[in-house]
Amino acid sequence: MRENRVVLGFLFLLALANVCLYILNREKGLAVLLTGKNYLLEMLSILPPILILVGLFEVWVPKTVIERAMGQSSGFKGILASYFVGTAAMGPLYVAFPIGLSLLRKGASLFNVSIFLCVWASIKIPMILFEVKFLGADFAFLRLALTIPGIMAIRWILNLVLKRSRLYEEA
Amino acid sequence: MFVLIIWLLAGALLCLSLFKDREKTARSLRVAWKFFCSMALLVLLTIWSIGFLLSLLPPGLISRVIGQDSGLKGVVLAALFGSVVLIQAFIAFPLAGSFLRQSASVTAIAAFVTTLVMVGVLTAPLEAKFFGKRFALWRNSLSFIFAVVIALLMGVVLR
Repeated sequence: MRENRVVLGFLFLLALANVCLYILNREKGLAVLLTGKNYLLEMLSILPPILILVGLFEVWVPKTVIERAMGQSSGFKGILASYFVGTAAMGPLYVAFPIGLSLLRKGASLFNVSIFLCVWASIKIPMILFEVKFLGADFAFLRLALTIPGIMAIRWILNLVLKRSRLYEEA
Repeated sequence: MFVLIIWLLAGALLCLSLFKDREKTARSLRVAWKFFCSMALLVLLTIWSIGFLLSLLPPGLISRVIGQDSGLKGVVLAALFGSVVLIQAFIAFPLAGSFLRQSASVTAIAAFVTTLVMVGVLTAPLEAKFFGKRFALWRNSLSFIFAVVIALLMGVVLR
């Protein structure tokens, strides 16, 4: 893959830089490696179980189930469904766009789709675990507790602002 | 302790899955492996870069730019950075954690993480294509504002 080659190129540059640094300043060169090694170990201690969780989510909560769960729902149930559906699946935001569009076509409201997009982007169960590990439980859960009502508020304001737009009538 | 719980949780769910459907479980492991392969090099790159950053940046630089005393400027800077860059949370969390240990302020880090996941300047054109320009513009701007608000609140609570 091309992207991989770019990353490999950067890795090569880092290795080169590290060697140069080591020659110039032994202590610093080793410090870079040591810090990297500590982070690597930290990462490896948590990565395998999280990858397993990601895989299980992907297989047991396929995207068609997501669409079915949200397609016909409306009102409060739709909002709730948007929250649950957004948390379960994996992938970056741009993966969610086409799913959001097909949800729209299946009758979900644009504003529930906006919740879905925000939740998809910000609340992921495996990601929360990752956040707890690296930023602390206080940080992760407080951010979560503030983000959920934040998303509701965003939806509400979006609703006010876009009320007369064309898309709203379509949706 | 936390790590142990995650391992146990993943192990338990994996066993449950295996018990219910062998084929699906195998598929989920393949998904996990593919995901790992897609990010392994990138993770290595990030970790190595963190090594460079932490040992070469003059001590105090991070805390000066996005530390406790940098005030609203540091928060907005972190939020802007988070909005523009397109990196996976897998990579962003260790990086953010390393900044936090280098005495970056909680507020700035929260702003960075929140805008990183919720605001996408680079993906906004794509979003506009799917849902309309106004929707993309408003959703992203509102998300940015709320990210800063969330970050400020977090800074007040977690000192």
